[in-house]
Amino acid sequence: MSSVVVSAQSVGKCYTIGHRSGDRAPTLRDALVRTAGRIIRASSDIAQGRAVVSGDEREDFWALKDVSFEIQAGDIVGLVGRNGAGKSTLLKILSRITDPSCGRIEIVGRVASLLEVGTGFHQELTGRENIFLNGAIMGMSSAEVRGKLDEIVDFAGIDRFLETPVKRYSNGMYVRLAFAVAAHLEPDILIVDEVLAVGDAGFRRKGLAKIQEASRAGRTVILVSHDMAVTTALCKSAIWLDGGLLRQIGPAAEVTRGYMMEATSPHGQFMSRLQGDGGRSFRILDVQIMDAAGDVRRMFSCDEGISVVIHYFVRRSVPHLRGGMEILREDDVLVMVSDSMDREHGTLSALKEGHGTIRIRIPERTLSPGDYRVSLNFSRADGLPDEDVDCQGHVAVFSLHDHLTSRGNARGGFFSLRLEWTSECEA
Amino acid sequence: MSEVRFPSTPTAHIGHESARVAHSSASAFRPQKPGVVLEPGRFDKTYWSDLWSYRELFLILAWRDVAVQYRQTVIGVFWAAIRPLLTMVVFTAVFGDLALLPSEGESPYAIMVMAGMLPWFLISTSLTNASNSLVMNSSLISKVYFPRLILPVACAAVALVDFIVSSVVLIGLMIASGFSPSWQILLLPACVVLAIIAGLGTGLIFAALNVRYRDFRVIVPFLMQLGLFASPVGFSSSLIPEAFRFIYSLNPAVGVIDGFRWCLLGGQANIFWPGFLISSSVSLFLFWSGIRIFRVTERTFADVI
Repeated sequence: MSSVVVSAQSVGKCYTIGHRSGDRAPTLRDALVRTAGRIIRASSDIAQGRAVVSGDEREDFWALKDVSFEIQAGDIVGLVGRNGAGKSTLLKILSRITDPSCGRIEIVGRVASLLEVGTGFHQELTGRENIFLNGAIMGMSSAEVRGKLDEIVDFAGIDRFLETPVKRYSNGMYVRLAFAVAAHLEPDILIVDEVLAVGDAGFRRKGLAKIQEASRAGRTVILVSHDMAVTTALCKSAIWLDGGLLRQIGPAAEVTRGYMMEATSPHGQFMSRLQGDGGRSFRILDVQIMDAAGDVRRMFSCDEGISVVIHYFVRRSVPHLRGGMEILREDDVLVMVSDSMDREHGTLSALKEGHGTIRIRIPERTLSPGDYRVSLNFSRADGLPDEDVDCQGHVAVFSLHDHLTSRGNARGGFFSLRLEWTSECEA
Repeated sequence: MSEVRFPSTPTAHIGHESARVAHSSASAFRPQKPGVVLEPGRFDKTYWSDLWSYRELFLILAWRDVAVQYRQTVIGVFWAAIRPLLTMVVFTAVFGDLALLPSEGESPYAIMVMAGMLPWFLISTSLTNASNSLVMNSSLISKVYFPRLILPVACAAVALVDFIVSSVVLIGLMIASGFSPSWQILLLPACVVLAIIAGLGTGLIFAALNVRYRDFRVIVPFLMQLGLFASPVGFSSSLIPEAFRFIYSLNPAVGVIDGFRWCLLGGQANIFWPGFLISSSVSLFLFWSGIRIFRVTERTFADVI
């Protein structure tokens, strides 16, 4: 028997955003006039009690609209959708960080959210002190933390460094400690956002096991991951958000299949500035797969070159930024790996602040016909903390068809390279 | 085919019998555990009890700020004493020895200045830190829920710890000059509370405004700089001409400092009671409006920070 622990009815969230009309001011005089206009506008906004926005046109933007669902106790529910689909907004509403603009949500039990590991860690404090601080921030009492201290330290494997300030920790130790505290939370509803993207494979397995354990103990887990394999493996059911609307809800396998089959549609909306995680230094806004002519498609011929185009926004230049791409077959077999170090040394380390695109070209007749997924992974090559770098995981799908060779789509194996066959008669 | 079309209707689709999501009606909702209802503009009746249940987080955040403040410094917490001490020396030299301003009654000028310096630092530290507290902790605010009021209040607690450390200087000064206070010192805790009410109340207003308009990052330190001279820190407020004393008392720091001097210097200080009452009322009003403004705006902090 099960009971509903989260019930959302027509939930919506509206943000007011500003647009800037026209180009940059061509002369100093124009710039002064524009600045004066902005100050006057901001003052009138303040006087009327409205939010001040940058730009000179305002617009209401619905990050989430009319979303209704129910979640049963003990379920692991996956939340899928593209960047800007409203996943983070929904999690923020569920974890009470922000209020919905309309609608109503009823939640039974204690909610704890892992929106990012290490939230509230203080660089100057020691590992032990940070365990208590972080525990309190996530809603554990000191008595609870004290009781689990040994377990947490053991899970993170940092017992020798317990009295060392965390600023001297390696990136791996830092992340492990942060996740260890989070993993020992015992809320009724646990909200997990992308924390599984951190750490090495062994640590990831530990994390996944912990989530399953929580579910077996009767806790409800709401999980956001860009990795469809993880979502399918862990979750009973899934919710697919698209453009702020609820697109599909049902068994996880069904929803993720639908989500993955959907073309990566070409509406590259720059939404990062709307959300809190827009504060990241490097953020991926959209990923498109296009042909040589620049048309965004999902299906290609083996005989055309295709490009993976990443639209990004750099807030602060990230030194030693490294990008990696993996192409996986439908059955999750890794087909190829490429990274930004393939060509020039440090292609991405000099990305300027602002919007831009990164283009990865896959030459014609490389991969054999079939369905593929593209997974992206950005990090800092110098090993410094890179939690402010967007790390996306699975981002796009495409399929290849072979029309021109006699074997066509029946060609197995990994490649569709046309090899040279020569013959020589010994006579 | 390039796209599989799903109807984007707002209601839930039940794709499969085994889908456990969204198959029961809202009537199945029976709260047994402590739950919460999230609605726009909900009036939180549980605001203060909610705050109370997070008292442990408050203590830990206050402890964090105290612990971190003087980490990796050589003389540590003594900085809390040195700042007011040096300011006092300069003020005593300039106002007492150069400008030859009168002290309160027979009390030594240095003690009179110190008795004003301590509450001034308590007010200005709690005000400045509280107004920066939300912006400094923006990553917490945008990622975790807790009653936001905890952050500025924790800052006031840190200012109180600094205050206690720096009072040692005043006690030393009083012992050295053989100055003994009288029964009025028993009322000092009330003045400390008044100082925190004045500092925190104003700090709450600035904190809420600072989230939206970072202009206050510039305004607040500037105001504190002006306030140090506009408030009777380096001189006695009895120097203010009779005609202006009511207007002068609108500054909440005036009442706090006068109250401190009255408590510490005992019979030596003649306090202007009507002014003290006006000033204290201003402090209470600022505190009340600070909490109100904070509560109204705190729901949108995570969206605009």
